[in-house]
Amino acid sequence: MRDTKLVASIREAIVQSGLKDGMTISFHHHLRNGDYVLNMVMEEIAALGIKDITINATAIFDVHAPLIDHIKNHVVTKLQTDYMAASVGGVISKGIMDTPVEFRTHGGRPNDIAEGRTPIDVAFIAAPISDPMGNCSGKYGKSACGSFGYPLLDAMYAKKVVVITDELVPYPLVDWSVSEVYVDYVVCVDAIGDPNGIVSGTTRITRDPVGLVMAAQAVKVVEYSGLFKDGFSFQTGAGGATLAGAKFLKDLMLEKGVQGSFVMGGITSYLVDMLQSGCFRTLLDGQCFDLKAIESIRTDPRHQEVSIYQYAAPDACSSIVDSLDVVFAGATEIDTDFNVNVHTDSNGSIMGGSGGHSDICAGAKMSVIITPMFRNRLPMIRDHVTCVSTPGKDIDVVVTQGGIAVNPKNVELKERLMAAGLPIVDIFELKEKAERMTGKPQPVPHGDRIVAEVISRNGGIQDHIYNVL
Amino acid sequence: MRRSMLFLPGNAPKMIINGNFLGSDAVIFDLEDAVAPAEKDAARILVRNVMRDLEFDRCEIIVRINSTDTPFWQLDLNEILPQKPDIIMLPKTGCAHDVEVVDDYITAMEEKLGFAHNTVRLMPLIETALGVENAYSIASARPRVTALFLGAEDLTADLRCKRTKEGREIEYARHRMVMAARAAGVDVYDTPFTDVNDDEGILTDAALAKSFGFTGKASISPRHINAINQVFSPTKEEINYAYEVMDAIALAKEQGKGAIALHGKMIDAPIVARAQQTIAAAEALGIHKEDLV
Repeated sequence: MRDTKLVASIREAIVQSGLKDGMTISFHHHLRNGDYVLNMVMEEIAALGIKDITINATAIFDVHAPLIDHIKNHVVTKLQTDYMAASVGGVISKGIMDTPVEFRTHGGRPNDIAEGRTPIDVAFIAAPISDPMGNCSGKYGKSACGSFGYPLLDAMYAKKVVVITDELVPYPLVDWSVSEVYVDYVVCVDAIGDPNGIVSGTTRITRDPVGLVMAAQAVKVVEYSGLFKDGFSFQTGAGGATLAGAKFLKDLMLEKGVQGSFVMGGITSYLVDMLQSGCFRTLLDGQCFDLKAIESIRTDPRHQEVSIYQYAAPDACSSIVDSLDVVFAGATEIDTDFNVNVHTDSNGSIMGGSGGHSDICAGAKMSVIITPMFRNRLPMIRDHVTCVSTPGKDIDVVVTQGGIAVNPKNVELKERLMAAGLPIVDIFELKEKAERMTGKPQPVPHGDRIVAEVISRNGGIQDHIYNVL
Repeated sequence: MRRSMLFLPGNAPKMIINGNFLGSDAVIFDLEDAVAPAEKDAARILVRNVMRDLEFDRCEIIVRINSTDTPFWQLDLNEILPQKPDIIMLPKTGCAHDVEVVDDYITAMEEKLGFAHNTVRLMPLIETALGVENAYSIASARPRVTALFLGAEDLTADLRCKRTKEGREIEYARHRMVMAARAAGVDVYDTPFTDVNDDEGILTDAALAKSFGFTGKASISPRHINAINQVFSPTKEEINYAYEVMDAIALAKEQGKGAIALHGKMIDAPIVARAQQTIAAAEALGIHKEDLV
């Protein structure tokens, strides 16, 4: 009989887990830029003198900048992740690691864990609420984050699982997301994160007029795509023009009386509004972005928590992305072959990652990239992207303020959109139009050292990222 | 067809570069109030270069120069006119003489540049009590005048009253402007709605202006453009009705009747005139009879 899994400290949990030099540990970004757990765990690992650790994290945010010192001190020698914010990415891009970072997609990462290709020795799960046996959830507690989509799969497959919480409740916690059957140790700390960085109080759509113009055009593309009918399914990002697209789509769905089957997300208050006003029957939620989304996942049975494995794993019997009709996604660059870069800026410095970008674009019937023709003085439509994050074969439409380009493979879609009077232009024409305004940029030279490998969602190296000079 | 006019500060390259894509029928590059005196020359050069180098194929270009009581207006015209703007907007126009002075200057420059006479049109901005009282003589001062534009912010300061969202304080000025412009046979544009976060308010304010007879409305926010375009476009029902009127009139002629009824109402000359205006507006927006269901 085991009456508790509670241990006194993170250090004790690390020691008891048997973590040693050369092992792999995992983290999850449901606490986003408010996360304290990765830094707290790494500080203890460094203090214990453990070296040569591989970190497999769903995402690395700016708050995780202390990682840079652990890399320099060889505590961490390998990184596997789906996304890396600029504060860490910029330093990695200078070539401080001996081994290239492995970038996967949100679907590819859990897929490789489940298939045994990237085994996890110890998973550290930040839990906004837990009981002493490790039944835990993100829906409650002072650090509530809503959906627990990211840690669910790791809990099942990691050799050891440590739950770190700042709200310990008596056994049993009801409405758990991760079950005790997978959990080895539970640690209670003062705080697992900063609530202000975990979610926003409210999510607001962009005020950028160009973003709004593009969002309105993207919704017109949906309206005339042939996919806009009852049962329609949809996913959009939470930033910039893509979220504005959700608001305009809601207006259109209400006007036309179309009810969709589900929205997948990244859930924001705008998507909750769509559910509550009857635009969709269901929200499928891998991650909540604001307080209204958290309230909804707690209280509305139509708002369903899903694991990222179910969301996007390519080797699962099926995954949610396979049932998507339309997705809106962004790009830092796009090229005339419709390849999209979301990993680096135009100087080649790491500032992002695929996340679910490649997964949703591959799965959906129609992927719509919303991106301006230029940002400041740089054209965003290039001969070749700096990094291929999502291959052009999976991109169907590109919406810019200067016109809409349809991938030539979609002959029928192009005809439909032209017949509807939308401003359809050739992607080469869009590129020239942007360059007429900005000039053609000089190629940015890079070093010859590979700092990251971009692994496609189906495995295999899709592109390399080189060190910046 | 010009329904919406969007103000863009002449010293804001990030906004100007996207001016062609924001959906307005015209953009107004502002060299006047949006630009501090120390930046007048830089803005003038920026706007000149933008007009020279960028493509504006989706909207007209209007340039608001500085008023004739400043030392800047001729310098503005010297830089801007060679780029052939569609319209020069003249702020603080108080009387016909203001129009005449600027018209003479533009005429001389057009000759020098080899442009046809009246290539560049003039839109007086009426924003003083004197200007409102002189609206008809301003509108009819010279053939170059293509429209009047009411500016309520300066006007209410001149009237020493508070500017409100409801706009009761400018009701007289609005009516007077429409009357003067229509009497002179030119278009007339309403003042911007300045609460950029009020998406409902812009619809109400634009609808009020339309009901008074304005041709369209200016905006200081790109976010208001869709609402303005929507309000000042004929609706499908209006267009359908206009075609029904024209068909009924054609039938009456065919049957040798002087008058005919449609939906129980006699069709008379004003109804026909309005139907013709609606059809012309629809055609200008690219909406043709065969597109209607």
